[in-house]
Amino acid sequence: MNTPVLRVERLGKSFNGVRALDGVSIDVGPHEVVGVLGENGAGKSTLLKVLAGLCRPDAGEITVRGRTVRFGGPRDAAAAGISMVFQEQSLIPNLNVAENIMLGHEDAALRGGFYDWRKLHALSAVQLGKLDARIAPSALTETLSFAERQMVELAKALAIEERTPHEPLILLDEPTSMLDDEQARVVLPAIERLRSRASMILVSHRLDEVLRVCDRVYVLAGGRCVGQRHRGACTKTELQTMMLLQHPDVRGSPALPARSDASAVVLQVRELSRADRYRGVSFEVRAGEVLGIAGAAGSGRESLCRALFGAEVPDSGEMVLDGRRVRWSEPADAVRHGIGYVPAERSTEGLVAGMSVAENMTLAHLGELQRGPFIALGPEKALARRWMARLAIQPCTGETQAQWLSGGNQQKLVLAKWLIGRKLKVLILDHPWRGLDVAAKAEAVDMIREFARAGIAMVLITDSIDDLIASSDSLIVMKNGMVSGVFKGGPAKPPELRILECML
Amino acid sequence: METQHRQGVLSGLRAGWPGRADRGDQEAGWAHGWRLWGPCLALLALCAGFGVAEPGFLTWANLRVIADSSAVPMILAVGLTFVVLQGSLDLSIEGVMALCSLTIAMLVLNSRTSLDFGASALVLAVLPGLCMGMLNGVVLTRLAVPSFMVTLGAWSVALGLAMLLSGGQPPIMKDEALRAFGQGRTASVPNLAIVAAAVVALGHVLQHHTRFGRYSMAIGGGEHLARQSGLPVDRYKVLAFALCGLLAGLAGTLESTRIGLGHVDIGAGQLLSTITAVVVGGTSLAGGRGGVLQSAVGALLLNVLANGMVFIGVVPEAQLVVEGGIVLAASLLASWQLRGRMREVR
Repeated sequence: MNTPVLRVERLGKSFNGVRALDGVSIDVGPHEVVGVLGENGAGKSTLLKVLAGLCRPDAGEITVRGRTVRFGGPRDAAAAGISMVFQEQSLIPNLNVAENIMLGHEDAALRGGFYDWRKLHALSAVQLGKLDARIAPSALTETLSFAERQMVELAKALAIEERTPHEPLILLDEPTSMLDDEQARVVLPAIERLRSRASMILVSHRLDEVLRVCDRVYVLAGGRCVGQRHRGACTKTELQTMMLLQHPDVRGSPALPARSDASAVVLQVRELSRADRYRGVSFEVRAGEVLGIAGAAGSGRESLCRALFGAEVPDSGEMVLDGRRVRWSEPADAVRHGIGYVPAERSTEGLVAGMSVAENMTLAHLGELQRGPFIALGPEKALARRWMARLAIQPCTGETQAQWLSGGNQQKLVLAKWLIGRKLKVLILDHPWRGLDVAAKAEAVDMIREFARAGIAMVLITDSIDDLIASSDSLIVMKNGMVSGVFKGGPAKPPELRILECML
Repeated sequence: METQHRQGVLSGLRAGWPGRADRGDQEAGWAHGWRLWGPCLALLALCAGFGVAEPGFLTWANLRVIADSSAVPMILAVGLTFVVLQGSLDLSIEGVMALCSLTIAMLVLNSRTSLDFGASALVLAVLPGLCMGMLNGVVLTRLAVPSFMVTLGAWSVALGLAMLLSGGQPPIMKDEALRAFGQGRTASVPNLAIVAAAVVALGHVLQHHTRFGRYSMAIGGGEHLARQSGLPVDRYKVLAFALCGLLAGLAGTLESTRIGLGHVDIGAGQLLSTITAVVVGGTSLAGGRGGVLQSAVGALLLNVLANGMVFIGVVPEAQLVVEGGIVLAASLLASWQLRGRMREVR
């Protein structure tokens, strides 16, 4: 084998006494795509951050093309030919696409200290062209869709190619976790295409994706490297078992028991419309029922969910909650009437960074903890501790700040926030499993079942049709803002193909 | 069959993408256009309104008065714009103006010292402003303290230094050439207005065509993202404060050449009106949105308003109320757009 592009030996890193990396060693050869798998909190993101120069390791050695390196910041890593595509995107919204792609490396487009905008646009168009992405370099970044921004993010990482004499090493931190299946099918070939130009480390929760794209796979658990496999020399099940040594029983979760139609209708939606988003949408959800909404990007289902929660106001139509017509002008109205919402972007929409786990948990229910004008701190703490124990949130102290939790634990916290509410009638789940690994996802599914058993009606949106079928009692399919198919609950699950037909 | 179907899906998706981007572009273009042209339209409407109400308003003589009175506020607004674009605030403007005012008065032929640097004093006198600005930037990036705390302190320090220099007796400038420059006109345009226009033009080029300007936008758009991309954020912050200090110094110096005094109160009231001008122009205090031209329009708008209200006979007390109302309306308008965006952006 050739000399490796990157060799990492016995890397260690701790945050506030928590060992995130505990002696991890990996290497990456030229033109090799290496997958890194692991549960949430296994240390994957930390590994990438160390390699990208975003944090310094406590121990261990990094060798790039035979030379030992010590990165003081992202610039050093970039100089060594390493660039990173972040899970939570790193594009600056108020700059245009070209500026973002070339950010910090505009020299080639500067003439005497002044921007040559035409050149800048042309240079970034070259990067976008490598991915076959049809995005205008002059477009303002905040106007792009999530998938488009992800392509820009890839193009930005690729731009390093022009600046190093060597082939770059690109770190991909869950490049498809925020995309739905169809969008991922566009981004993945772009990654494949890069193989001829670069080496890559790919962190992903989608095992199929990793097995398809990567030559070799490392499995991390608890900050250690627990195994290494070549593609073709392992199976999905084997990898899953390695990742989940502590949780062998989460596979093959049984389908939810079908609900009887006898339970009362909790939420009824009639002819709901919003210009350019959805038209004439009607459905009903019963107590303890999980209603899945399927739809491709642009189907309007996300917007519809936001309307249910009062984050968007529909133009026409009505919502009936427990037999009474309701109308939300803001989310607070919806919360007061017992509607909960678990957002897809939990770190920005679901949690308040800088506040502790306990404070986040009780945030929406302070009224219930109020004694006179004051918040009863004792009961608040006890309540938080009870729920943290029940949901096994790690670390189990209410004082930890919410943003330090791993993705899976953050999701549990967001769910707990709503479970605490005594009046919860309807819960809207917007991609609740995004970015979660198998074990965390299984736990989240269990929680959703618990909600259902308690008689809460649920509206569910997720990326994967399989998940949707497995977790929903009944399904509606949306296409171009209209309901294109309805699959009532029953013992027989609707076939995936029929749902796809309705979606496309 | 299967692959054909898949490919159909793919091409459909790809075809769908640019379309969505186009729609977003239009929306953004509209919001952007409104942010840019709204204040301009308001300015034109005000001029037209005052012109109709009082024909004397739209005479060359009065427009010259407006140009003259807008010069210093515009220079201040350009400097502050970069700081605000980065999401910071500089409160030390008034102190810096005072310090540089005293400096110029004591460097030229004057009633206090025996120095006489002539026109080169103009260059020397802005240096204390540059230094105060750099100091602001260095302290706040090194200590990682909020900019308003640091610059609040700098305000007092600079004002105190100016008072020490003044000693209770404002030095009178006796340099005839400088006095003539400060009060004079070139081709019937006030000299100070010409300087202000040059500063605005330079600021505009800085903002749109140099790293300093673009990185300031980036820092305001997402400071941690900018750091993550390896931008030397701190260096550009220091630069922005240095520029703001330099221009505040220039403003104080120019104002001195006009009144012929070095005075500690030369900047009194300028801080609030500069912030107002920046915000009214459409630059967001949260950073990342707006620009030099907008701020210049904002400054102009405030001065037209003040001038016009005197013309149509509004009492000074009522003028304050109107000004306050305009600030409220401007911030409401700015946040109204944001409100729409927050709901769309996911």
